[in-house]
Amino acid sequence: MNIINIEHIAKIYQVGSEEVHALADVSLKIDKNEYVAIMGPSGSGKSTLMNILGCLDTPTRGLYDFKGTNVSQMNDNELASIRNKEIGFVFQTFNLLPRSNALHNVELPLIYAGISSSERKERARIALDNVGLSDRVHHKPNELSGGQRQRVAIARALVTSPSIILADEPTGNLDTKTGEDIMSLFNDIYEQGNTIILVTHEEYIAEHAARIIRLRDGLIEKDENVTKRFVPKKNGASKL
Amino acid sequence: MNNFFFELKEGLAISFRAIRANKVRAILTTLGIVIGIASVVLMSTAIKGIDNAFQTGVASMGSDNLYIDKWEWFNNSIPFWELRNRRNLTLDDYKKYREQAKLPIASAPTVWSNQTVKYRERSVEFIILQGTTDEYIKTTNLTFSEGRFFNELESNGGRQVIVLGSEIAKKLFPHGGSLEQIVKIKGQNFKVIGVLAEQGSWVMGNFNPDNQVFLPIQNVFKYFQNQFFRSVTFNVRAPNSPMVDAVKEEAIGIMRRIRGLKYNEMNDFSINQQEALLNTINSTISVIQIAGLFITGLSLFVGAIGIMNIMFVSVKERTKEIGIRKAIGAKRRSILGQFISESAIICLIGGMIGFIIAIILSMIVNQFLPTTIQLDAFILAIVISILTGVLSGFAPAYTAAKLDPVEALRYE
Repeated sequence: MNIINIEHIAKIYQVGSEEVHALADVSLKIDKNEYVAIMGPSGSGKSTLMNILGCLDTPTRGLYDFKGTNVSQMNDNELASIRNKEIGFVFQTFNLLPRSNALHNVELPLIYAGISSSERKERARIALDNVGLSDRVHHKPNELSGGQRQRVAIARALVTSPSIILADEPTGNLDTKTGEDIMSLFNDIYEQGNTIILVTHEEYIAEHAARIIRLRDGLIEKDENVTKRFVPKKNGASKL
Repeated sequence: MNNFFFELKEGLAISFRAIRANKVRAILTTLGIVIGIASVVLMSTAIKGIDNAFQTGVASMGSDNLYIDKWEWFNNSIPFWELRNRRNLTLDDYKKYREQAKLPIASAPTVWSNQTVKYRERSVEFIILQGTTDEYIKTTNLTFSEGRFFNELESNGGRQVIVLGSEIAKKLFPHGGSLEQIVKIKGQNFKVIGVLAEQGSWVMGNFNPDNQVFLPIQNVFKYFQNQFFRSVTFNVRAPNSPMVDAVKEEAIGIMRRIRGLKYNEMNDFSINQQEALLNTINSTISVIQIAGLFITGLSLFVGAIGIMNIMFVSVKERTKEIGIRKAIGAKRRSILGQFISESAIICLIGGMIGFIIAIILSMIVNQFLPTTIQLDAFILAIVISILTGVLSGFAPAYTAAKLDPVEALRYE
C-alpha cells in the first residue's frame, strides 16, 4: 500500500516580481517499508520536496495523498497533527532543544500528542534505550557528542511510531565514522519494517537506500532501485 | 475540556523550564511588575488606612450630633455670598433655642478663636480655642486623661479655667503635671482643670480636639473677640440616631421662630450633620482612589510593556525552538499557550515579589498611618499580575504561534 502518493506537485515562490519554480512537476509514490534516498545538487528542489513530504509546507499545485488523506489543502493545525502522529524528523543540525535533557527532548512529540506524563517518560526511556543511550537520559545536548545528539533526535523521531522517518542530511554534521554508526542505526530501523526517506547529496550515503530519486531543476531526473544496496555492519549500541 | 487542562498543564511545565533556564532575565523583566504590584498593594492599603482614619475621626464627633450654624459645612449648593450675608447666630439665639428645644439630650454653644497659649517659656501658637458651656462635653464622646471639664458654676460664672487637648498639653507640659497650673492667653491667666485623652484622629488636623483648648464662652467674648464678631455654632446631641431627624425638624422650627422668618423666607441658618461630612470624605477618598489607581495603573502598564518587549525578544531568540516544536507537531494554540503562560508566570513571580516588598514597605508606612495588608490585597495582586502577564504576552505569543515552521527551522 502506498503511504505517499504525490501527483504533479509544484511549488512556486514569489521572489520580488519573479516566480521561482522550486518544484516544477513531481510525481512519485512511496510504499510502506521502503528506503528511499532523495538526491540532487543544491537548488534542485530537494529541500522543498522534503518540506512538502514532511507536511511542513503545502504545494502550490498538485495533489499530495498521505495514507489515503489529501494533505495538500490542509491548514496549519491539521498539518501539525499529521506531523506529530505520522512523521519522524531527523535533521542535519539535530534540532534538539538545547536546555532540555535527552529524555525531555524525546518526550516532546508525545506532549503534543496529549499523552500522560508517566507514559511519556516510559516510552521516551524505551526509545532512548533502543538507540543505545539509556545511560545518557539526563544529559543535555551540549553534554553529548554529535553522534549521541543525532541518536537522541532519532529516538525522538521514533517515539511516536510514525509512518515515515524523514531524515535530512542526517550525517552532514558528523565525521565519517560516526556517520556510519548513524547509517547503521537507520538500517536497523529499516529492517524493523519502517519507511525511511533520506535526503542527501552524498552518493555513498544514498547507496544505503534501496531506491534513489534524483532531482534536478525541480524535476525528477531519475528514479531507480539500487541493485546492490550497501548494508552497513551492525553497530553494538543499537538494540533495534 | 480535559484536553484543555492537559495543554494548560504542559504549557505551564514548558514555561517553567524556559524561565528557569533564563533566571536573570526573568527577574529583571519582572522589575516593572514588581514595582507595579507593590504600588497597587500599597496604594490600596493606604487608601483603606486613610478611609479608616477618616471614619474614626468622624466617629469621634459623635454620630447623633447636629450643628446649627450660619454656615453650610459641606453642601456647596448655596452660594457663598448668600451664606456670608446671613445674620450671625448669637449667644442669645442659643439661649432661646435651649429654652424651647425639648428633644435634645444636650446642647452647647461654641465659638472659636485663634490664639496663642503660653506656659512660662513654652507656647503653642495659633491653636483653635473653643469657647463653650459645661454642657458641651455631653455633646461629644471626649474622655479625660486627667482632671475634668468645667462645671455649670464655672461656665455660668465665666471663670478663667481651661481644658487642654492632649497634644497641647504635651507641648506645654512635656513632663506632665499640668493640672492646677496657670497658662496665659493674651495676658490673661487660666487655670488648667482638665486634659483630654488622646483622640488620635490625625486627619482632622486643627479640628482634632487633641489640638484644641476649651474654656467658658464668656471669656472669649470678654478677652478675645466681640460676641458678634463670629457666629456661634450650636452643638446639639439627639438622644439616639432615630431621633436625629426629629431633633432636626424641631430645630428648624425653633430657629425660624427665633430668627423671625416669614413663611416665604429661606432658612438663614444651616443644620449640619456629620453624615454630610462623611459624604464629602467619601467623595474625597474616591478621588484619591481614582488618582491612585491611575498612577499604579500607569506603573503596571509600563511593567506590562517591559514584559511584552522581553517576550518579543524571547520569541525572536527562540525562533528555532518554535520551529522544532512545530515540526514535531505543536499546534498553534500549544505555542500560543506556552508563551502566554510563560509571561503570566513571569508576572506572577513579579507580583509575588512585589507583594512581599509591599508588606515590608507597609511596615514602614505603618509608622505614620495605620494600615494592614489583608487577604483581598493578596488576591488583587495575584489576579492583576496574571492578567497583566496574559495581556502583555498575547501579542508576542501570537507572533510565535503564527511562525512558518520551515522558516523557523531555517532560522539561526
